[in-house]
Amino acid sequence: MNRRTKFLAGGGVIAAALAYMIYAGVTQSAVYFVTPAELQAAPVPGKAYRLGGVVARGSLKWEARTLDLSFALSDGKATVPVRHKGTPPDLFGEGRGAVVEGSWSPEGYFKASLILAKHSEEYKAPHDGGQAGYKELIKTLKGESR
Amino acid sequence: MRRATSVFGWLAAAGLLAGLVMGFGVAPRETTQGNVQRIMYLHVPSVWVAYVAFAVVFVASIAYLARRAEAADRLAHASAEVGVLFTGLTIATGSIWGKPTWGTWWTWDARLTSVAILFVMYIGYLLLRGMIEERERAARYAAVLGIVAALNIPLVHFSVVWWRTLHQPPSLMKPGGSAMPGIMIVALVVNFVAFSLLYVYFVAKRARLLRLEEEAAA
Repeated sequence: MNRRTKFLAGGGVIAAALAYMIYAGVTQSAVYFVTPAELQAAPVPGKAYRLGGVVARGSLKWEARTLDLSFALSDGKATVPVRHKGTPPDLFGEGRGAVVEGSWSPEGYFKASLILAKHSEEYKAPHDGGQAGYKELIKTLKGESR
Repeated sequence: MRRATSVFGWLAAAGLLAGLVMGFGVAPRETTQGNVQRIMYLHVPSVWVAYVAFAVVFVASIAYLARRAEAADRLAHASAEVGVLFTGLTIATGSIWGKPTWGTWWTWDARLTSVAILFVMYIGYLLLRGMIEERERAARYAAVLGIVAALNIPLVHFSVVWWRTLHQPPSLMKPGGSAMPGIMIVALVVNFVAFSLLYVYFVAKRARLLRLEEEAAA
């Protein structure tokens, strides 16, 4: 084995290791959240999940005194009740996208420890009226192709 | 050459000033997010410069391996440094944007993870350069890494389309047209131009400095 072959083999090993690291790193976080339909198909109590969907209209209740927050996340196919203790981010609201971290409770609701708001890629000036791009966002949360 | 560099510097300064006025004064307050959305005028041009910088590293690395011209190697080195700077700015502005909108400074979704890998790989590129004493060998090894690491750029850009992420998909290169009013696009384009001029200025200065260092050491 001459130097050139050794160098090529070594380079190949390094390139393969790098490619694997990128692949493993990205696929692990590739499915950032599960949808309500996916969760309801096979919920495992106590397992950590990220659940993403649209906050169902008319489902949001917030007890400002005790910080008890409850709402339902929907993907158009299934709806999951969520409970949380704390203050949600500013962009959180009914009809908007949200991703929650937590676990499935055996009592039949999702116990969230962290609430994240998902915003759409559309931006609107005030005079355009209406809210930016939530139709599109809801479509992506339902898993329909863009 | 030095004259041309300072012209770029002054143009960049004027462009950045115009960009601030456009982004923070002229562009309208976004309906859903409010004023915090204005950080887009820094965040998106920053990542644009990072993409351009690493693409230049890629091309200059190939040129170095083909021709063995030291100027190509100095260009790759300078561009990588500026790219790391702007990747850092992208992550910082993204965090500042993420906290009030998403409710978190950082999360491991595919976009943020792939950007973190990009950042670490080019820091590794600079470390590799610094570790090897011999001029020619450092340039050769760095060129190989500079070519391999560029594979990350499409991964970062398309991560939001290929995988389910918290980060929203692209607004500008969206299929079926852009997703923002014209005046916001104009403000963004002014900042794109200003940041690009700044990139040229930084790289020209840094490459010259690298040449002077080499001449002084010789």
